[in-house]
Amino acid sequence: MTIALIVRRSLRQHAFSTAITALSIALAGGLLMSVWVVKDQSQRTFTQVNTGFDAVLGARGSKLQLVLNSIFHLEASAGNLSASDYEYIKRHPAVKKAIPIAVGDNLRGYRIVGTIPELFTDIEYTPGRHFTLAAGRLFDPAAKEAVIGSFAARRLGLRVGDTFHPFHGLIYDAANQHPETFVVTGILAPSNTPADKVVWIPIHGLQTMTGHDPRAATDVSAVLIQLRSPSAGFMLDIMYNRQGNRLTFAYPIGAIMAELFQKIGWFDRVLALVAYLVALVSAAGVLVAIYNSMASRRRDIAILRALGAGRLFLSGAIVLEAAVIGAIGMVIAFAAYAGIVSVVAAVIQAQTGVLIEAFTYNPVMLWAPLGMIALCAASGLLPAMKAYRTDVAGNLAPIS
Amino acid sequence: MTAGQNLLHLSGLTKSFPVPDGGAKMIIDVPEFSLGAGESVALRGDSGSGKTTFLNLIAGILSPDTGSIRIGDADMAALGEHRRDRLRASSIGYIFQTFNLLQGYTCLENVLLGMAFGGRVDEARARALLERVGLSHRLHHFPRQLSTGQQQRVAVARALAKRPALVLADEPTGNLDSRNAADALRLIRETCAESGAALLFVSHDPDALGSFQNVRDFSEMNLALREDAR
Repeated sequence: MTIALIVRRSLRQHAFSTAITALSIALAGGLLMSVWVVKDQSQRTFTQVNTGFDAVLGARGSKLQLVLNSIFHLEASAGNLSASDYEYIKRHPAVKKAIPIAVGDNLRGYRIVGTIPELFTDIEYTPGRHFTLAAGRLFDPAAKEAVIGSFAARRLGLRVGDTFHPFHGLIYDAANQHPETFVVTGILAPSNTPADKVVWIPIHGLQTMTGHDPRAATDVSAVLIQLRSPSAGFMLDIMYNRQGNRLTFAYPIGAIMAELFQKIGWFDRVLALVAYLVALVSAAGVLVAIYNSMASRRRDIAILRALGAGRLFLSGAIVLEAAVIGAIGMVIAFAAYAGIVSVVAAVIQAQTGVLIEAFTYNPVMLWAPLGMIALCAASGLLPAMKAYRTDVAGNLAPIS
Repeated sequence: MTAGQNLLHLSGLTKSFPVPDGGAKMIIDVPEFSLGAGESVALRGDSGSGKTTFLNLIAGILSPDTGSIRIGDADMAALGEHRRDRLRASSIGYIFQTFNLLQGYTCLENVLLGMAFGGRVDEARARALLERVGLSHRLHHFPRQLSTGQQQRVAVARALAKRPALVLADEPTGNLDSRNAADALRLIRETCAESGAALLFVSHDPDALGSFQNVRDFSEMNLALREDAR
């Protein structure tokens, strides 16, 4: 009770420096937890997102580029594959489902992807879940109609019945507008997958768009594949990637995305290092704040010693005070964390359509506060030593 | 311990401090001094005569170079620092000239801290003591919100809170005007008497010293002062 009173009063007496120090700890702790959770969750989410497919077949090139382009709707297409290649894989006995996609146009920066209605009717983008429509109906594969992903619809301000003209290329250029007019027939319900930020049209509509090469009117950009068994994937991997040299078979999708995270692992480590350094600097802030206040504390320490308080007791009170500042900071850190990850999650969703689950439990939410409190307590050791050595008689002046 | 028995007995007590030109200067050299349980003794001494150092030695805040300081059955001079703290916390109340109240704590908290290190914290007693010194309406005021006379009354309540066997009062009226000084002095003597505490009161103020039957001259007790005079 006594030590709690002393710590509470000391925090109150040094309220300004306590508040500033606690805020810096909150920012450091919030940053540390955010970096950790975003790193973990994005890696977990992006290696699990496959929108219901096991593999992707595309033009010869990088597997990662193929996955990013056809599953995440990022990156440029490596090229096309012919209708016969699509027909072949579609009829292959190891393949359960093959969905072609074609890319090459955009609507004010949002990618237009041509596909077939089976993508929405037959594919579970995550086990047990099909794409559903929040409004309207699916497009007619023979008509100039479109179904808009929920995020894209919101950003583009499109509703069922609205019309639009596509723009050529994956990058928006107002000068490259196609003359074709498409009618919005449906808006997808949010799926928190990359499909949310896509403008979906019939594949035939994209293949035959004015200005596209008529010789490639039956080509597709990639084929999204569901396999009958995992062993079929390895068999097709050998067939396309090792024995053949025209096409690329990207399988398994999760492992390819994991490679991406391994490649950018250094970036995670740099971010984590920065967060650790910020945490260290904040803990040093606790040390500086308490150490600088030692001059004004000496008299109180001397008085408490005269009342019978032991050196270790008062040194312990200083360490506890530092730990409490750390604890206050880490409580606020959760608010900082919530703010930071909300912004980061929104940015990731805007860029990829993928919503990371930032508010689920992560071990960092336990070890970061405990570590930060321990670090702050450790930073209180130096001022505590100073308190330990306080000259009682000299600080009880005047002397008669 | 009953009244009249020695509560405090010093013998062969010396204390030196280093001086800038090297060597050491003897400040305290008291061959013998005793104080009975419940007894009140005043020490007369000029400023700078070593009275505070003498009290700090008795309180265990300073360690003597030689000698013993027996308080009851314990020899403060022979104890380690931790046990000196414990003995001070349990047996000695200290009243200072500058009050030495903790400015960040309320009056009640100051008094509670007076008993916090020596045993049980008894808030009812703290409240009763503050009422006894006439400050029941200032329990939650901070020292800066009180007059100097009121601050010294809080200091008196704090010193007596732990029911000490010995109260050391170092020029407790030095910062007070004559009326407040007289009030404070009466309060210290009355409350010590009520709780059966022995009182060792040091001052250079003739008015304050005049109210004590047993007044001793510190310059006669402390041989170091005689050596200085020579």
